[in-house]
Amino acid sequence: MVEFALPANSRVGEGRSFAAPAGTTRVKRFSVYRWNPDDGQNPRLDHFDIDLDACGPMVLDALIKIKNEVDSTLTFRRSCREGICGSCAMNIDGSNTLACLKPIEDIKGAARILPLPHMAVIKDLIPDLSQIYAQLRSIEPWLKADTPPPPDAERLQSPEERKKLDGMWECILCFCCTTSCPSYWWNGDRYLGPAVLLAAYRFIADSRDEAAGERLDALEDPFKLYRCHTILNCTQTCPKGLNPAKAIGEIKQLLVERRT
Amino acid sequence: MPDVRDALMVAKNTEGRLVRRPLSPFMLGSAYRFQLTSSLSILNRITGVAVSVGTIVLTWWLVAAATSPAAYDTVSGFLRSWIGLLLLFGWSASLFYHLLNGIRHLAWDGGIGFDLPEVHRSGWAVVIGTVVLTVLVWAIGLTVL
Repeated sequence: MVEFALPANSRVGEGRSFAAPAGTTRVKRFSVYRWNPDDGQNPRLDHFDIDLDACGPMVLDALIKIKNEVDSTLTFRRSCREGICGSCAMNIDGSNTLACLKPIEDIKGAARILPLPHMAVIKDLIPDLSQIYAQLRSIEPWLKADTPPPPDAERLQSPEERKKLDGMWECILCFCCTTSCPSYWWNGDRYLGPAVLLAAYRFIADSRDEAAGERLDALEDPFKLYRCHTILNCTQTCPKGLNPAKAIGEIKQLLVERRT
Repeated sequence: MPDVRDALMVAKNTEGRLVRRPLSPFMLGSAYRFQLTSSLSILNRITGVAVSVGTIVLTWWLVAAATSPAAYDTVSGFLRSWIGLLLLFGWSASLFYHLLNGIRHLAWDGGIGFDLPEVHRSGWAVVIGTVVLTVLVWAIGLTVL
């Protein structure tokens, strides 16, 4: 349902402040969302003043520096630090992106870092993604075919058929788009959200997949697909420059076309 | 209908006690930046409501015109008052915005204009178009009246 405020237990209070070392010339403030399941308190915003002359260029570098040097209890996901694993997706400076791809110098003033929006928080910057993973599983993201493959070769595609998958196979499932979507915030229990619908279209558009009909049947639903109101926050925020809104539009078009 | 996501809001802490997890901040404006995409989308919803309400006023005016000269004078007197003019101005601006953004939505339904630079261009075109058409209609209206 539509909601505009956080529940009482989720309101964010003021946290602690950590000053930069004396003599630091280039100071940047990082205000980071903290929640610890063990202290029984509301979430809070901790402020870390960081010496930029002793820090890497990306927001993830600053988070790692904070964890190493200031507060080792700071909890966040990260792995590849080069925008291909999708682990460090978070809300930075009011928009979802990957911390490892976000240059600190692009942020004016204090950098506010929150977990992905409208998610259950496990700890600090780590949201519970199990709902989205279950939704991804529900669209059966694998190739389905009844006809057997040629006995002596793979299933071949023409270069044109392969080209249709460009802009979709690159998705790293960071879910920046899904959690930027107001429709998903409010109806995410039944609406599949942009990332999962992009994944669904990736298989519908694949020439080797033979289940397009049943995939479309499964998506033809007022909530699963049609809670998309073309707000386009998804395309705006995708750190990989992909276009989930366009993929959703193509699914809607296919559903209209097959009726005529 | 219960929200299945409620199940994710409960977890166990390190001691094994049940705790209620917080919902991460999401509100447009305070937690998530208002971007051109979401701003224009919300404006489309608001102007849609305004246009619907404005249509009731239009019906009221037509019914009054069909009823009697006295009834017509009442309605037309209200619409010519400063509050009536303000409502009419808001209604005409809403109508133009909703019309132009509706064309934008129609193009998207046809699979056109999804690339981000196009989305931004068409969005600003709708905003500018709304201002131009609204000012034009009122300039014509006020000179004729």
